Amino acid sequence: MKLLKPAAAGTLESSDCFVSIEPSENGIEIDLKSDVIRQFGDRIREVIGETLDTLGIESCSISVTDKGALDCTIRARVESAAFRSAEIKEEIPWEKL
Amino acid sequence: MLNAVGRDIPEEILEKVHKVPFMGNGHYDGYEYKKTGPRTRCVISNGKNKLVSSIREALELSGIKDGMRISFHHHFREGDYIVNMVMKEIHDMGIRDITLCASSLGKAHDSVYDYILDGTVTGIEASGVRGKIGEAISKGYLKNIAILRSHGGRVRAIESGESKIDIAFIGAPTSDDYGNLSGMGGKNECGVLSYSSVDAEFADKVIAITDTLVPFPNYPCQISMTKVDYVVKVDEIGDASKIATGAAKPTTDMKKLMLARYCTDFVTKTPYYRNGFSYQTGVGGASIASTLYLADRMRGDGVKMAFGLGGLTKPMCDLLDEGLCGALFDTQDFDTFAIQNMHHPRHYMITAGEYASPFNKGAFVNKLDFVILAALEVDTDFNCNVVVGSDGMLMGAQGGHPDTAEGAKCSIVLVPLVQGRMPTIRDRVTTVTTPGESVDVVITEYGIAINPRRQDLIDAVRDSGLPLTTIEEMKEKAYSITGEPKDIEFEDRVVAVIEARDGTIMDVVRQIKE
Amino acid sequence: MGEALTDKKKRLRRSMLFLNAQKPSLIRDAYLYGPDSLMFDLEDAVAENQKDSARFSLYNALRNIDYGRSEKVVRINGLDTPHWREDVRCAVAAGCDSIRLPKTESARDINILEEEVYKAEKEFGIEEGTVLLMAAIESARGVINCMEICTASDRLFGIALSGGDYTKDLQTTLSPTGVELMGARQHMIIAARAAKVQCFDTVYTNVNDLNGFRHETEMIKQMGFDGKSLINPRQIPIVHGVFTPTDKEIEFAKKVVREIEEKSAQGIGVFTVDGKMIDIAFYDGARRTLEMARASGKLR
Repeated sequence: MKLLKPAAAGTLESSDCFVSIEPSENGIEIDLKSDVIRQFGDRIREVIGETLDTLGIESCSISVTDKGALDCTIRARVESAAFRSAEIKEEIPWEKL
Repeated sequence: MLNAVGRDIPEEILEKVHKVPFMGNGHYDGYEYKKTGPRTRCVISNGKNKLVSSIREALELSGIKDGMRISFHHHFREGDYIVNMVMKEIHDMGIRDITLCASSLGKAHDSVYDYILDGTVTGIEASGVRGKIGEAISKGYLKNIAILRSHGGRVRAIESGESKIDIAFIGAPTSDDYGNLSGMGGKNECGVLSYSSVDAEFADKVIAITDTLVPFPNYPCQISMTKVDYVVKVDEIGDASKIATGAAKPTTDMKKLMLARYCTDFVTKTPYYRNGFSYQTGVGGASIASTLYLADRMRGDGVKMAFGLGGLTKPMCDLLDEGLCGALFDTQDFDTFAIQNMHHPRHYMITAGEYASPFNKGAFVNKLDFVILAALEVDTDFNCNVVVGSDGMLMGAQGGHPDTAEGAKCSIVLVPLVQGRMPTIRDRVTTVTTPGESVDVVITEYGIAINPRRQDLIDAVRDSGLPLTTIEEMKEKAYSITGEPKDIEFEDRVVAVIEARDGTIMDVVRQIKE
Repeated sequence: MGEALTDKKKRLRRSMLFLNAQKPSLIRDAYLYGPDSLMFDLEDAVAENQKDSARFSLYNALRNIDYGRSEKVVRINGLDTPHWREDVRCAVAAGCDSIRLPKTESARDINILEEEVYKAEKEFGIEEGTVLLMAAIESARGVINCMEICTASDRLFGIALSGGDYTKDLQTTLSPTGVELMGARQHMIIAARAAKVQCFDTVYTNVNDLNGFRHETEMIKQMGFDGKSLINPRQIPIVHGVFTPTDKEIEFAKKVVREIEEKSAQGIGVFTVDGKMIDIAFYDGARRTLEMARASGKLR
């Protein structure tokens, strides 16, 4: 998937995370802030990485501010920001996600 | 060296604090020892006045020196001014190396953080260190190893001479000019002075600080003049709005209501629920809701409580007023209703020693049927952590948790399965404060897990229709929701020890890695 | 397949809890409350510019969170919006049990939706007919066309009243008396029963007035409704309580079922149980009573 512009998804409410993504040339750069970074920082990065990989994104600058979101929410917000960045609104390939 | 809950207590720490590892509950049952008393300065002359003009004067007359151990109670909770007032004077006098031995320390005492940094305070002994004091200890700023004790354990440590108090400070809502102290009356009533009783008995010097002087004699008193050296009058001993808070509104949080429902359903299915049972509960939303459900059941079943125990709130006092409960034995009042309920003839103050000390001839906790507790973490051995946050920072308080859990016939820990993204039920707690053998039941919104040691409870509720599960299943469910948390890394340096009720070491707390 | 479909259509739906699909804090805890149906909302609860994001939340929630016994229903956006087709694709791919169509006014609305659901089942390799439908009635026209809506599709298990929008369409407002909803409620329960589908009442918005809520629930149960839409988990135990048969009703139902089965084997069609005249027509009702008793935990 080709990212076209900066985009964001999610909120800073409890159990949510705020994700902002933009295209870049230098591979995947993740900036993660989280209250549980010691216990789940590695896992969250893993989830972000897997999601970007599934979407076929090899290069981007992504920043995630986590407020105790579960894996499924992190995935959802990363997907949402990515599709917004790629300006794809319908015919989402659900079965691939 | 591994102790009875499987925690490694380094030899050099045991040497430093002159203690041995925890060997299991009841290890010291039947133990005999000799108590030592305080140095006591007699007052024979009838011309002496105990009233002094200021805290500083009281400190000078008491001979405050570097390296002393001073003590405080926490009956004023978040509204306390006493610790800060005294520490400021001590600091301004240039005194250093003080050990603070308080029944608990909290956010009201955040200014002590600076005194830790500059070496005025080098030792802390308390049941809890909420707020910046906990942060300072966790970050390694306190020179000596902090000691965290339960309410009962603190009394033991003072009475056995381990924790010798040089000067005790007792904030008293009312006092007369001779040092008869009470928690009732005055501008800033707090109800009881339970924690200070042992301080008054065993400290070399006792300084009362009040904002309401009453004519002699201030009777009925909770601390006798025969134990008080000086009385200081100040403008305000605390913030009334934070001492005598309004009653907590009943929770509307569905999860807490579910926990409360399971708790009461379980309690009423055990053989201990019968006329004349005894009960202790906490101040959390789920605990309070469960008390309200219990009251409904008691009315319907025609069952009455013989007594309620511990820290009290309006719902427990309502039970007394309604005649559903025979008496209340009070160690702390959490709201203005509990304070006012002290006027009820069957609402009694008891000392912390009478409540929970393991080293006297038998305390109230040994007669308790049910205690409803909370926890930050619980592991699959039923060990609880109530003091160290999941981020490794000291932030809670032991309070009476280990005392009541061991003493009660049925100890119930009421916790949400998950808090934010942190599983409450886990393989291993970050720090053990209450050993699993004291904990009989863990209740989460996912279900009820009974400690396998309690086959009698398992048999009693087998066909009850309650959502019974195992602690392992709870842990699996918690992890399936949050994922498995990585263990936090700490530095090697031990910054605090968790002392068991009997003075042995339950666990250590290490410095946070930043 | 026929019997499985019937069972799914006739399952217990006493409580249908609405959830904002865009709020992670709500969707992660919903499994705890045990409603018969969970209604994941992509429509009114979600802001216009977040409809896309809500779908990703919904998809990931349904694929990863174990909701236990609760039926997973998705409220898609109306046919008059640009969102509904992608909503259907997402909901079906995510493995929802049912889809709720807002603002249903005709059989044709159901047929249009059905066609899209069928396409989505094919696209994602799901057995045809898996996803059921329900119709929300929110207007005067919808009420009038109830019968044709109820019989529009084999997948349709029930209709639900949306009181707020309906009263606006009537040019009045909701009131404690409920008189403005009388006509809709009566019409809908009659049509639903005639068409042999389920019927659900509208939400009660004052979450702090649990007594008023109980009162309304008792009334609609007496009218014959199968269940109620809910906006707060605290309302669930009350609905379940109202829909829980009394011990007397359970004992009677047990007897009826037993007697009917015994007597029909003996070729006897009409007889008395506890002094009441009973025939085969009582069978389904008695079994429904026992099913509700089991669901409430009163019967094992």
